[in-house]
This record gives sequence, C-alpha cells and structure tokens, in this order.
Amino acid sequence: MSSETKQILTTDGIPLEVSLKKAERRNKIKAFLLVAPLLLFLIITYVFPIGDMLLRSVDDKMVTEMLPKTFKAMEKWDGKELPEEEVFEAFYLDFRQLVDDKREGKLSTQLNYTKNGFKSIIKKLRRKSKNFEEGNYKEQIMAVHKRWADVEYWKAIKRRAPAITGQKYLKGMDMYKNESGEIVSVEEDRRIHRILWLRTLEIAFFVTLFCFLMAYPIAHLLATLPMKYSNLLMICVLLPFWTSLLVRTASWMILLQQQGVVNDFFVGIGLVADDARPEMMYNKTGTYVAMTQILLPFMVLPLYSVMKTISPSLMRAGKSLGGTPIVAFWKVYFPLTIPGIGAGCLLCFILAIGYYITPALVGGASGTLISNQIAFHMKSTLDWSFASAMGLMLLSGVLVIYWLYNKIVGIDNIKLG
Amino acid sequence: MALPKHTELHYRIWHYFYLTICGAVFFFLIAPLFVIFPLSFNAEEFLSFSDGMKSLDPDAFSLRWYKDMIYGTKNPWGLAAKNSFIIAIFATIGSVLLGTVAALGLSSRHMPYKGIIMAILISPMIVPLIISGVAIFFFMAKAGLAATHTGIVLAHIILGTPFVVITVTATLSGFDHSVTRAAASLGSNPVNTFMKITLPLILPGVISGGLFAFVTSFDEVVVVLFLAGLENTTIPIQMWTGLREQLSPTILAVATCLIILSTLILVTAELLRRRSERLRGINR
Repeated sequence: MSSETKQILTTDGIPLEVSLKKAERRNKIKAFLLVAPLLLFLIITYVFPIGDMLLRSVDDKMVTEMLPKTFKAMEKWDGKELPEEEVFEAFYLDFRQLVDDKREGKLSTQLNYTKNGFKSIIKKLRRKSKNFEEGNYKEQIMAVHKRWADVEYWKAIKRRAPAITGQKYLKGMDMYKNESGEIVSVEEDRRIHRILWLRTLEIAFFVTLFCFLMAYPIAHLLATLPMKYSNLLMICVLLPFWTSLLVRTASWMILLQQQGVVNDFFVGIGLVADDARPEMMYNKTGTYVAMTQILLPFMVLPLYSVMKTISPSLMRAGKSLGGTPIVAFWKVYFPLTIPGIGAGCLLCFILAIGYYITPALVGGASGTLISNQIAFHMKSTLDWSFASAMGLMLLSGVLVIYWLYNKIVGIDNIKLG
Repeated sequence: MALPKHTELHYRIWHYFYLTICGAVFFFLIAPLFVIFPLSFNAEEFLSFSDGMKSLDPDAFSLRWYKDMIYGTKNPWGLAAKNSFIIAIFATIGSVLLGTVAALGLSSRHMPYKGIIMAILISPMIVPLIISGVAIFFFMAKAGLAATHTGIVLAHIILGTPFVVITVTATLSGFDHSVTRAAASLGSNPVNTFMKITLPLILPGVISGGLFAFVTSFDEVVVVLFLAGLENTTIPIQMWTGLREQLSPTILAVATCLIILSTLILVTAELLRRRSERLRGINR
C-alpha cells in the first residue's frame, strides 16, 4: 500500500519526511550547541573533579610507592610465619632509600594507622640500620626490637600493599579492618565520626522542623494579606535572604555572647542573675538559633509561592459546607500546601546538612557538623583522601534524599523567589 | 486584617494569638540585622550597648570604626573590597553569558536529554558547598590556578551559573516563540533576532539571574577559603578571620555597609521581578 501512495516532495525534490527529519536534527544540534559551552565547562571543572575525589578517597598508593621492593618480595610470602630473608632484605633496601630521602617519618605515620606501635620501632630501626652489615638482614632487623620479630607487624605491612582501599570509608564510620580482615568498630570512646554524623542529622532535622513551624504562619499571613501590606512584610523575609551569611552570623555572635545583647536583656528584666549568664554560643544552642534564622527564608519563599495560588474561596467553601475552621484548614488548606512544604523542607534540610560557616563560628566543640570535619582534614591534617571519602559519603546522603523527595513529591517545581 | 463584628470570642483570641506569633517570627528574622547598625557607631570597643548609648548620649556614638575601616593601619579591607568587586563582576559576566546561552538551548523544545543535562547544570547549587569546595580545589590545584584571581573567578562562575540558568529558563517559559519566528520570516538573522527581540524581552530574568550570581560570588566564603592565598583575600574571608580571631567593632562597620549593599540589591531585584511579572501578564 505505502509504496503505491505517492510520496510528498519538497520543492527541492526531496521527500518531505526526510527533509523534516533533517530540519529536526539541525534544530537538535543547534539547541545542543547553545548548551555545550556551559556543559563542557562544568564537566571539566566540576564533574570530573568530583570523580577525582572518588579516586582520591580509595587511593592508597603512598605506602605502595614507598616500599616497592618489599611488596614485590612479599608476593611469594604466605603471610602465616615470619617472612623469608629476601623480604627483610627488600624492606631494608626500601627503608634505606626512604631514610636517604628523609621520608621514613611518613612511612611510620602511615604504618601506625594500620597498627599501633610502628612509630617507635621505625625510629629505632633508623638509628640502628646505619651500622648494619651486608647480608643476613633478617637477624639484624629482628635484633633491633622484638616487635620486628613479631609476625603481626609484618602482616600489618602486607595489608598496605594494595593501591586501592576502602579503609577511609570505614574510618569515616569509625570502623576498621582488624588483623584477620574482619570489619569491626573502634572502641566506644573513640567513635567521633559517628557522633558527628548523628549530630549533623539531628541538627539538620530540628533546624528544618523549627523553620517549618515558624515559616508556616508567616507564609500564610503573607499570602492572605492585601498586597500593599504583604509587600512590606516580605522585605523582612527578603532582606535577610539577600544579606551576607557572615553578616548574619556576626549579628548572632553579638546577640548571643555572654556579655551580649540578649544576655543583657535577660539580666535587665531580672530573668537571670548578672553572674549566672547562660552560655548561648559556642554550643548547640547557638548553632540551632543562628541556623534557624539563616535558613528560614528558604522555607518561607516556597511555602509562600504555593499558598499564593490557593484561592481563599476554597476555605470559605469548606466552612460553608459545615466544617469548623480547624477542619476546613486541615482537610482543605493544608493538603494543598504540601508541595510547598516538601520543597521548603528539602531545601532547608539539604542546606543544613552541608552547613559549614555558621557552625564553625557559633558552634564551638559541641555544635560542629560533618562539614567542619571535612574542612579540618582538608586544611589542617591534609588527609585529603579522608576528606574526599567523607565528602562523598555526605554527597551520597544528599542524593538519596533527593531521590526520595523525587519519588514522593516530584522535583520539578522548585522555584526561586 | 480586621475581624468582622460578629466573630466569636475564641476565634478572636486565636486570631490575635496568630498575629502575635507572626509578629514574633518577623522580629526574629529582621531584628538581628538591626542590632549591628547602632553598635557600629559605638564609641567604645565593646560589642554591647554602653550606658551612654542607652541614654542616647551623643558622646557615646562615633564614627571611629568607620574611620578604622577606611584608614586603619595594616588595613585589609581596602584590598579585600577591591578583590571582592573584581572577582564578583567577572564571575557575574561569565555566569550570565554561559548561563543565558545555555538557558536558550535548554528551553528549545528540540533539546535532547533535557533532564540529565539540566541536572548537571544545576548540580553546583544542590551539592553541599563544602564538597564543591573540595572538588574545585582539587581541579584548581592541578590546573595551577589555586591562589589566583582567575581560579576564584572560575569557581564562582561554576557556583553562579545555576541561578542564571534557572531564572532565565523561568523567564523563557512564558516567552512567545512566535515573535522570533516572525522576526526570522522578516529576514532577520538569528544573532540580530536575539539582540533585538529575545534579549530585551528576557532581560529582567537575565539581570535577576546576574544579581543572584553577583551575590553568590560576593558572599561566597567556603570555596574561597580553600582557594585564596594572601593576595586574593576577599571581604567574606576577612570577616571570617575577624569573627574567628576577635570580634572588633570594625567588622560591624563593614557589616553595616554590606547590609546597605544588600538592601540596594534587594530593591533592584524586587523591581525587576515586578516588571517581569507585568510583562508576562501582558503576554498571556
């Protein structure tokens, strides 16, 4: 049939179908070329570096590169009894090289992560190894300290042979691989990271909750007031939104200090005694108060833009059908605001979970979050691979939240202002 | 919101209770900003209201912290302000150019893989800043751009473009594409059409995206903390160091200036938003 129907041709004699497809493809390429510069820029400067973080977080080449001969010799070692002379010889040669390059300190730090007790015996080995005679290195090394004759320490070295490791991720969860390769938790009193993760979640959750409880009434007021009043009140929301984060944090530092304005006020009205001013900063209270105020506009704006679209006649209809104002609110108004609640809570929670500046300034020791720990490892300990691992753990958490949100509410209606 | 006369008592009580709560929340939002203002004129070195200030004694107020901000010895604020403005202006130009062009492509109905590309383009806004900071730092360190203005400008372009992309695509969603087709059918080439027809119509969106990008850059501290050397110090970095080391009233003088700046930006953004709403109202 189709072969019999005459094809429609354009003026150039090309079938219309082909010509249209061609035009379509040209349009696609045109649209893509417009996006391409930004896309390429972001892929190079942003997406790849995040991939780079992934590589860094599992990277464990440091020890592998410091002891190349040792690990080669260890390939034949079964890892049960003490290794043979050739392993000791290779280790001695690697070690001499490290001492010459003055890098043996790094080795001792790295090995000490794997097993406690390497620091002192490496120091001792450095001193003694200067006077080593050629040959029979096994006995000479074992004579330096009894731990060098302990097979557990050699096993610990062998564990560092692979160039890829997941140990940074385990460390981020306060776990490690013990001698027999099982994954176990560190002792109760050293579980700092778990405390931080839980605290981050807790603070993000409560800050979101406080923001919601405070934002809902004022968003409702803004959406129902006549335009000329609501525009004025809107400034109270937008001015903090546009003001520098550091300025807002600074003002909270002034307010919450022990000699600060809030405490002065409390003393002034006789709520607390002058010598018993409560500490409201450098702890969790400070973090809660400051973060709630800073993130509040992010909750108000989505709620407001949703509430603005709800017709007031719906509430009147609910009431005229016999509902009390509470029932009308709960059954009619509230369900309609759920998209706004979802967007606001998502925004607040995700911003709060990655917060860094405010907790670092007003949080003190008990109010810091996981971001502060990441920054600490980036800037102070320079353990970049650990910082990367924790960053990626945080990122995957954020992505899971997005995914859940998208499943439950749908992501397509996030608007700015 | 006056209540009708016949309102029952408990609704009346509830209504005033509700208004009180709203008032308290507005106070909580805005009051902290206004504490900075009078304290920056403090004649003393303390960060609380002195007795003289409470009784409005003129001697208790002075401009000494503003003088210190401008003329102070080994003063970091001049350099910081210069750097901040240079970086923010270039970052804004970059974000607006890249973002607007990308938004034009994205709102074309021929755009392939729209979902995933949009996700990549706005990802810098979604990913927590600290992670962006680490990733961008790794890139800049490898590219040899750490501790340079160029590096910081590029970083801020990354962080600023999502705002431009979002605001411009939002403006374009109400855009009547038949006007560009009309221009094309009248013989205008695409560049000319864009400059004469499309751009004037989407300008409010472009400018408000640009304002977002400017503020993002001007305010940004997490990424800059990783990237900046001594030469690249910016206002947020100086504030951060100042707040960490010692709270001096000079910071409050700077903060007051920043609040004034953000008020100006807020007013501009609001005027633009209303204009674009009006324009879109006519289009429909």
